[in-house]
Amino acid sequence: MITLATYPVIVLRSGTGYRRRKTTNVLMLVITGLLTLAALIPLFWIISYVLYKGGQYINLAFFTQMPRPLGMEGGGVLHAIEGTLVLTLLAALIAIPPGVIAAFYVAYNPNKPLGVAVRFGTDVLSGVPSIVIGLFGYALIVKAQGHYSALAGGVALAILMLPTIIRTTEEMIKLVPHTLREGSLALGAPEWKTALSVTLPAAANGIITGFLLGLARASGETAPLLFTALGNESYEIGRIINSGIAGKQGIFAILDRVLDQPVDSLPLTLWKYAQQPFPERISQSWAVALVLMLIVLLLNIVARLWVQIQTNRLQGK
Amino acid sequence: MKISSVARNLRRILHYGDRPWNALTMLMASGVLLLALAIGWLLLRDSSQARAAFGWQFILPTRDASWNPVFDKFQAWPFIYGTLLTSLAALVLAIPVSLGIAIFLAEISPAWLRVPLGWMVELLAAIPSVVYGLWGIFVFLPGVVTPIGKFLENTFGKIPGLALLFQGPIPASGASRLAAALILAIMIIPTIAAVSRDVFLAIPRAQREASLALGATQWETIWQVLIPYGLSGILGAVILGLGRALGETMAVTMVIGNSIEGSPSLLRPGYTMASIIANEFAEAVSKLHTQSLIGIGLALFVMTLLLNSAARFLVWQVARRTPQEARA
Repeated sequence: MITLATYPVIVLRSGTGYRRRKTTNVLMLVITGLLTLAALIPLFWIISYVLYKGGQYINLAFFTQMPRPLGMEGGGVLHAIEGTLVLTLLAALIAIPPGVIAAFYVAYNPNKPLGVAVRFGTDVLSGVPSIVIGLFGYALIVKAQGHYSALAGGVALAILMLPTIIRTTEEMIKLVPHTLREGSLALGAPEWKTALSVTLPAAANGIITGFLLGLARASGETAPLLFTALGNESYEIGRIINSGIAGKQGIFAILDRVLDQPVDSLPLTLWKYAQQPFPERISQSWAVALVLMLIVLLLNIVARLWVQIQTNRLQGK
Repeated sequence: MKISSVARNLRRILHYGDRPWNALTMLMASGVLLLALAIGWLLLRDSSQARAAFGWQFILPTRDASWNPVFDKFQAWPFIYGTLLTSLAALVLAIPVSLGIAIFLAEISPAWLRVPLGWMVELLAAIPSVVYGLWGIFVFLPGVVTPIGKFLENTFGKIPGLALLFQGPIPASGASRLAAALILAIMIIPTIAAVSRDVFLAIPRAQREASLALGATQWETIWQVLIPYGLSGILGAVILGLGRALGETMAVTMVIGNSIEGSPSLLRPGYTMASIIANEFAEAVSKLHTQSLIGIGLALFVMTLLLNSAARFLVWQVARRTPQEARA
């Protein structure tokens, strides 16, 4: 008689017969595969439907013209395309320098209290709901300035990008071989010079990844812009640049005019158009969805391919 | 003479400029922390009047809670309830699917399929929330939500106890808390699946080998060895997903129907904390209205802060227990 002690606990707990256990095994493994397939259904459903619907309404005018008045056919979303560019580039400019420098600290001091705290802070920041970031942008800038502006929207998006940039840069800095850094230090180069002219170029590709992923997230976000950038259907950079008094055409005067007024972005436009009872606006919102989806998916795929290639390169494969 | 000595000094400072550099990195790093603190502080500051006016009643469960911009009386419980109900319902749907995906990707899938499948699941998380919303309004609501809602209403609507949750009628458009829960489930599956897949991959190979050597089948190994071993990590993944669901704004606002009505039913339209802010903030009537909305934002911030801390702690515990070399 077999005693409990000699009988493997696992076999006992899983019940009777070998055949039943085999059947359960195959059944459950197949179910996990089916679940994976099921989860991909929405992905292909959304992508194909947006391609189908948006593809019908997309044309050159869509990219090059300003919106027409409500109820009129045609027109485009030039204002939102320009707005998205302004907002995301501004956000990247604000977020990248401090993010990259902070990443150096976190990568080289992972066990110091501040390093641990900053990593935790980055996690917290990446978990803050985007609508709350919008409220923060409102309280920080819109309230102080007294009006909605592209600047406020850019800052809100920058906060959203920051954790991604820090995380990816930190990972890449850690992947740079120690010998490279030690070699530079041994030659007498100070720490900062080593960081800027040895480690940073070696990790530059990782920073590009962080930039692309951050851009992908920022260009798809709506909630932080609702009460910072607000939206502006007559935003046209060409007109804004030419609108100043002849004598005040300095780069800063122009920048000030570009950043100081409310601005639209593609997701913001999509959200507004989708709620309007005009069929041509609904059709245009599908076209906007198509453009937006392509931008975000492409940025993601490129960033992932890039990180794969660079990781292999740094690991010497 | 003087200029050259200044230049020499400058060169010395630059050449041995490690102190300024270290100070700079430290400054930027603490900037991240300060930013997180500043978010909390500004939300606290700008909701002070609302908090003073309504006290804890603002967020505590209340019967017949009022949200009335005309009389300046605000209680946020209906929105907190909407957020909790939709997020928890989404979790119930998302957990089994995500675990299935994680198991398939980490344990079963052939190696060549693993990377592209993982990418595809993660791309699901990259699709912008407004695109989900648009698809939700015109495709998902009429095609999926309304039939499911009708079915739930007819099946569970009459069972005492459950009737409260499944009371109909579901609106003809399909816009309801159920729609929000289903869309949230789709949106958080990638998060939970990706993190739990990484948890499975972090479990030492020896655990699997020992179990298989004792005669367990592959499924028994997964169910009785791997899942208990990685349980805290999986829990962390689930909490991360919950955090994402709580804060999700655009897609939910577009499909939940945005109505302040008393019904607690899953099949009726409602509001979440994020969607009331999105809908009303830009057009807030009074100062107290604005402050109350920021107060809701503060509550949301605190909730996600606590959840994220808990999740990171759990995932970190699993990672700490497993030495790098022992991983599969």
